[in-house]
Formats: sequence, C-alpha cells, structure tokens
Amino acid sequence: MATAVEDRATTSPSPLSDAVVVRFAGDSGDGMQLTGGQFTLSSALAGNDFATFPDFPAEIRAPQGTLFGVSAFQINFGSSAIDTAGDAPDVLVAMNPAALKTNVPQLKQGGLIIADEGEFNDRNLAKAKYESNPLEDGSLAKWQLLKLNISQLTMDAVKPFGLGNKEALRCKNMWTLGLALWMFDRDRQPLVDWLNAKFAKAPDLAAANIAALNAGHAYGETAELAGPLKQHHVDPAPVAPGLYRTLTGAEGIALGLVAGAQLAKLPMFFGGYPITPASAILHHLSRLKEYDVTTFQAEDEIAAICSAIGASYGGSLGVTSSSGPGIALKGEAMGLAIMTELPLIIVNSQRGGPSTGLPTKTEQSDLYQAVYGRNGDAPMPVVSARSPGDAFECAIEAVRIAVQYMTPVMLLTDGYIANAAEPWAVPDLTTYEDFPVEFLTEVPEGGFKPYGRDENLKRPWVKPGTPGLLHRIGGIEKELDTGHINYAPENHQAMTDIRKNKIDGIKVPDQIVELGAEGGKLAVVGWGSTFGPIHQAVRRKRAEGADVSHIHIRHIWPLPANLGELLKSYDTVIVPEMNTGQLKTVLRDQYLVDAKPVNKVSGQPFTIAEIEAAIDGAL
Amino acid sequence: MNEMTTIAKTTTLKDWETDQEVRWCPGCGDYAILKAVQRTMPEIGTAPENTVFISGIGCSSRFPYYMETYGFHTIHGRAPAFATGLKLANPNLDIWIVTGDGDGLSIGGNHTMHLIRRNLDCQIMLFNNEIYGLTKGQYSPTSRVGTTSPSTPYGSVDRPAQPAAFALGAGARFVARGFDVSKELPNVLKAAHAHKGAAFIEIFQNCIVYNKDVFEDFAAPKGAEDRQLWLKSDEPMLFAKGTKGIALDVDALNLKVVDVVDGDWQAAGVIVHDVTNRSVAHMLVEMRFGEFPMALGVLYDDPRPTFEADVWRQNKAAAEGKTADLQSLLKKGQTWTVTEGGPEL
Repeated sequence: MATAVEDRATTSPSPLSDAVVVRFAGDSGDGMQLTGGQFTLSSALAGNDFATFPDFPAEIRAPQGTLFGVSAFQINFGSSAIDTAGDAPDVLVAMNPAALKTNVPQLKQGGLIIADEGEFNDRNLAKAKYESNPLEDGSLAKWQLLKLNISQLTMDAVKPFGLGNKEALRCKNMWTLGLALWMFDRDRQPLVDWLNAKFAKAPDLAAANIAALNAGHAYGETAELAGPLKQHHVDPAPVAPGLYRTLTGAEGIALGLVAGAQLAKLPMFFGGYPITPASAILHHLSRLKEYDVTTFQAEDEIAAICSAIGASYGGSLGVTSSSGPGIALKGEAMGLAIMTELPLIIVNSQRGGPSTGLPTKTEQSDLYQAVYGRNGDAPMPVVSARSPGDAFECAIEAVRIAVQYMTPVMLLTDGYIANAAEPWAVPDLTTYEDFPVEFLTEVPEGGFKPYGRDENLKRPWVKPGTPGLLHRIGGIEKELDTGHINYAPENHQAMTDIRKNKIDGIKVPDQIVELGAEGGKLAVVGWGSTFGPIHQAVRRKRAEGADVSHIHIRHIWPLPANLGELLKSYDTVIVPEMNTGQLKTVLRDQYLVDAKPVNKVSGQPFTIAEIEAAIDGAL
Repeated sequence: MNEMTTIAKTTTLKDWETDQEVRWCPGCGDYAILKAVQRTMPEIGTAPENTVFISGIGCSSRFPYYMETYGFHTIHGRAPAFATGLKLANPNLDIWIVTGDGDGLSIGGNHTMHLIRRNLDCQIMLFNNEIYGLTKGQYSPTSRVGTTSPSTPYGSVDRPAQPAAFALGAGARFVARGFDVSKELPNVLKAAHAHKGAAFIEIFQNCIVYNKDVFEDFAAPKGAEDRQLWLKSDEPMLFAKGTKGIALDVDALNLKVVDVVDGDWQAAGVIVHDVTNRSVAHMLVEMRFGEFPMALGVLYDDPRPTFEADVWRQNKAAAEGKTADLQSLLKKGQTWTVTEGGPEL
C-alpha cells in the first residue's frame, strides 16, 4: 500500500486546493503542539472544517536537535467536510534539520517546505545525520523550498523587549504562526487576545510574542513579491449553525462520562493510574469535583479498577481507565465485576503493543483483549468511539448499558482519538433521555434475592448501609437467586448461561450504513478511529461511480442484531483496521462471512489513499 | 461526614451470624476469631447494615460469608483497594478488611502498604498462620526460615516478613497484635475500631492442618505469663506476673528484659507504655521472641486525619461556589458560533 501513497503523491497537483494539509515540525522544545493548536483555532474561526494529528515523541525531553526528539502537528482544513488529518502535507514547516529529515518524505511532490535556515548549522545537521546541508545540496528539488532565518528574524523582532537569547528564541513559534496566518489569510486578533491572556502576569513576554507574531505576518506580506510564498484563502465549509468548540478525544470521554453519570443520577468515582495516552482523562476529571466526581490516583492499575468496583458496590458509578498494558493488569478484576454483576466503565485508550509497545502511537489491537481477554466465560459489552465528538456519545452509551444491565462495559478509544482535535457542535443536554438508577431499598414482594432478575436479566443494585437487605457477594460462583456460594454443576451451567444471555440480550441500535447503499458490491467495514480515512475514501470512490459502502461499527459487543444480514447483502466485505485482523475474525466467527482483512500496524493512522487502494483491489 | 450517622440498635451475637455453614477445617483458629468478632460487634455498638467485611482470597477471606453484615469476597490481595473505593464512595460505612499473610503481605503487599500510608479509616485484620492454607500448605512470606512445605521440600531459605513492623514502616497510626484463642482479642478489636484511621491488627492464627501449633511457644496457656507481654496504655511493661519488665538499654539504644524485685518496677527502669510513642513502637515490633516475650495488645495508637476525610474535604472545597452546570462546562474553552453569516468568537 505504500506504493499507492507514492503514486498519489506524484500525481497530485501542487497548487493548493479547497483542502490544505499543513504540518508543523520542530524540536520538542519548539512549541509545535501549541502552534498547531492555535492554528487549529484560527481555522475554526475561519469557518473551515478540520481534523488534526499531533505526533510527538515518547521521550519527555529528548536531547535537542535529535531525530527522535521531533514533535509534529498536522492539520487538514478545508471548505468541504474533512474526515482525516490528511494523507500528505501540502506545506511542511521545519524548524530544524531533524524535523525536515523525519517529515519531508511525507510531503506532497511540489509541496512547500518552509525551513528555518538559522538552525541548519553543522551541529544540528550532524545530529540529524545529514552529510551535507539539504537546503543547499539540491536534494529537495522535487519540492518548493523557502529558507528563512526564522531564528534571526525572531530575534530582531523581539529585540526591543530586552529578552535573553533563549527567551527570545522561544518566540520563534509565534513568528512562524504569524507567517502561517498570513499564508492562509487569517485574522490575528484572536491570537493576540490569547497571548495577552496567557501572559497576563508577564506583559513583556506577551508583547514580545505578539511582536514575533506580527513580524511573521508582515514578512509574508512583504515577501510575497517573488518565490514560492503565496497567500491562499480557503473558504468556510458549510457547517450547520450553532455553538462550536474544539474537542479532543480525552475531553470527549471525560465530558461524556460526567454526562452519563448525571443522566444516571449517580455520583462518579474514577480510579486511575497514570499511563500514556490515557492519563489525560484522569487529568480532566480531577478538575470536575463540583460535578460529584471523585478521582483517585491509585498505587497501580489493579488498585485503580478494584477501587472503582468498590465504589460501584457502594452505589457510585465506578470508572477506570488505562491503555493496553494496564488493561491487561485489570483483567482479573473485570472478571469479578462480571461475577458480582456491578456496573463499571473501563476506558481503554489503545496504543501500539504488545507489552510496552509504542506508548505515544496509535493502534486498534486490543479488540481481542476487550471482547475475549479474561479467564472463564466472561462476556462484557464493548463500545468503540470513532472520533473525539463520538467519544462523548459513546461514553454516555457505555454508562447507560452499565447501569441498565448491571455489567462492566469496556469503552474503546485510541491514541489518535485521544490526542486529535476536531470541531464539535456543543450538544444540547436537554435532548438526551435520562436513565436514573433505582437502587433496591426495601425487601420486595416474594423476598429479597440478591441475584434475582428483571426482564433484562439485571440483578438488583443494593447499597451497603441499606437496612434489611444485608447480603454477601464475591467471585466464587453464585447460586441462582440467592447469590450464596454454589459449586453445583447444574448451577454453574445455569449461571454461565444467564451471564451470556444477559449480555447477548443488550439492546443496541441497528447497524446503519454510513455512506452508500444496503447491499451491493463492496462494503468497507470499520470501527474506531479509522472512520475518517474510510469515510473519505468511500466518498471519493463513490464520486467516481464505484459501488462501495461504508459501515462503521460502534457496538463491538454485542454486535447489532441486523449486522449479519447486512454484511451478507454485499458481494465482498473488507475490514481495514490498525491490527492484524481482529474485527475481521469476530465477524467471520459470528456470521460466517468472508470478511477480508486490510491491515496496517505501523503506529500511524491509515491514509485515505491506502483505503482507496484497498477498495480498488477489492472491486 | 466521617461520623457514623446511624443510631445503632442494641444487637446480640446472634444478630451477627449468617445462616451459612462455616467451612473451615475442624479446629481451625479462624473459628475462634470469628466468634471473637461476632461477640465484639454488639459491644462496639455499630449497626450490621452499616458494616462491611471485605476480604481477598484465602482461608481467612471466607470470613465475610459468615458475618450478617454487608460483605464482599474479592480477589487475591486486592481487598484494600476495594475498601478504598467503597469508603471514598460512602465514608459512613464501617469497613473491616480480612486478610492473611499470603493475601495481605505477598500478592497484596503493595495495596496493604498504600492503604496504611493513606490512612483510610478501616480495620485490617491480618490472620497470620505463617502458611498458605487454601492452596494446601506452601510456605508463606511470614514462614520461618527452614519451613518445609510442598514447594520447599528442603526447607524455605527466604527470610520472613514481620507484619507489625511492615505496617509501622508503611506509616501505620495503629498497630496491634493478638491471637485466635486469646481472651484479650475482643479488647484489641475494640481498640482498633475506636481508632479513626487504618488500624492494623496482626492476629496469630493456628492452621491446624499445615502449620499446627507454630505459635505454641508463646500462645500455649501453660507458661503464657512468661512469654506474653500484654501492653496496656499508661501501664508499666510487665510480664511473668510482674517479676519481669521491659526497660530501655541506653547503651545499645534498644529494649532489654529486666528483673523486677518486690514489685518495684520503677527501680528496675521498666517503661510505662505510651501508645503514642512511635520510637518505642518501632522497638516493640522488632522485639525478637525468645530473648523477649511476644508483645501483644495495642503496640501503637496515635491517630491522624483520615484519607477519606481529606478527600471529601478537598472535594467540597474545590466545588465551593461552583455550580454543576454541565451544559456550561461543555461550552467552556475556546468556542465559536456559526451563524448564517459565518463563524465568530
């Protein structure tokens, strides 16, 4: 598939179109994530649709100038619907040789490189393992090159503010941002306001950063005369009126969990242990005490989930969160939550594995772990988010299932969704139906049965502290109805069947077709963060007249009731996923359909071109 | 919110017994501990519905099934973590953790340490029988060097952990010791319950099948007065019917056994037990049996603010003056409005 990308790159036109991909790359200390974030906001204010992809190193502070210390931020913005952060950048801003070296291979042919030549000195070139200066030796000929001494220009711009060298150079990213704002005809004022607010306590720094921003902008204006630098205006995308904000997946999960707890009328208890890329959820929630949220940083992953189960036992909504290796540690406790039938949310922000794997890179390789990864027959619902905004909805859905069926639920997201930002139409909470929990508080007619069941096979939830309903629960097989310990063969069979039937019977919405028709030649079936590239690829192929449809599964377990019939209505089914074929295996197992795998396990999201090539190959 | 809000009714031992058949081996020390707890609960005066017994895995961890309270038999070693979540969710509950030397110090040593360090208000009863009973007799982290077992046919070579020293080292504010058949055990349990915070009780327990009579050297009724030092607050550390006592060996900066002549313990330099003296507590938990009697009773008791109280206080303070308006939270941060005319801040 790599070939397909190159083909696309060589054939794509160099003039900028109605969708532009810009990649800011620099040293970890150059402030590229911040630059990207602010450029994102300006794209939003320009009315563009957008998607972003932050790509930063696993090291906390990698040595300056090294290849592994490069931090990049990619944004795709346009005047029509944007689903991905873009395959290949049109513009690469490279703040040093290492950033150029690691990022220029992805740049579109004919694309524009803006390089800070002030950083291309012998020392930095050696660190980036360049034998000669790429800005001088002609090796960048297939791209347009604009070399600027951004370091010097920034120093000149901030000179009046008397900053030290180091502090002055810190304003480089604002100079660069100023230039980028000019390039895309953007308003500077929101950035000026933001800088003033950010540096309210250090007005000198605010003024210096604003001066750098203005200088970068002015540079664009005056240097337009000749060379590759051109101003380009991207029209606003047709977006429904409403209030918008940028949302990352971690924010989406955190806010969705709070919303879910409110709809269930429960206090929330979150037990977590720091792990990349899941920690952001703990960070967000720990600031939301007024929403009846208690957060607890436990001593380890196991304590994190066990404390959450303890809180659920006490009548709170227990939530825990981690990433692959931490989820593995939580496995035994998930089994206990299944056995004791207590509600619990387990958020898994998937990352590259196995073992420690790729902590800051994305992958979808925990689907087996989510669906099957426990000892015994231990069925558990699994919901998967496709985007930051969808993470909000999925978190609410996970809470609903957990409390309506008294079961742990795994909510899958991934490193890409966790860090990526997208514009999000702020939902009106009054449009969500609540699902308040009713605890059992009195002995019901016919006597109290801790493992008695309602029509959903749900057992009652009793808070310790309730008089008259004293009982004991635990991980040893329960007796039907009473919940006492029972090892009898027929009882174990009956309880195993009940646990399975309860999860199988969870009501999930029917599967819809995202794009295309029900039935036809080809269905591209995805889940999670592959939504963007699949959706764009299918849209493009359909525009070319191909008979291809996009199906994206949110409810991984139990699967939607109509899914089997739906899949069988296509001649061919392909399943692109960032693993070696895990959903594919589940679909084959459940429906005996000949689902074909399309796999990428590189720590990077699929490109649209890769999915397009897979569609071409399957048609 | 850390105070018990329910007015306790008067209960009797019967009120704390479940209808479940007790399934420990005949003669197991656990029976005596169970009875001691069931007998103590009415005296403590809490309500069964406000009481939760939480256990891990092992013989001792069957305990909750036999207490007519709320109970949670969890997974191996993790009872402290469940207790932490439960207590944070509802600080009004009276939580008892039941664990063993394997559960609490081997697989769950980490959680025991952190629960004690945080000072969650609960009672931790660690049944120490120096053996793995439920898995049929392997040596445990408290087994003495040379213990022969199915997994150590040539004798164990690793040195045992000392539960009380471990607890104190982890920052415990209450450390006590007792043993299964001791008449003093209810008093120790009452003192542990009266302590606000994590109260650690090491209970020596006789495993009749796999480690029979391993504590006989000090627990046997015959000669007990010579081998047991029952510590009482504000009383001199005397044993052997008042003929011996514990004094400070100033040269060695350690404790020593001294003879008391004619009851004049002051002349012998016998220490008066101050339960809040942490330095002395460190020496008491390190006292080697043989050279010294076994120190029993409340070794240390000096409360500090509890974890759940601090968490609730901080949550309350952080929420002070803020309204839980989720809709406005969703709108927080950098937002823009799209109208027919385009986007604006």
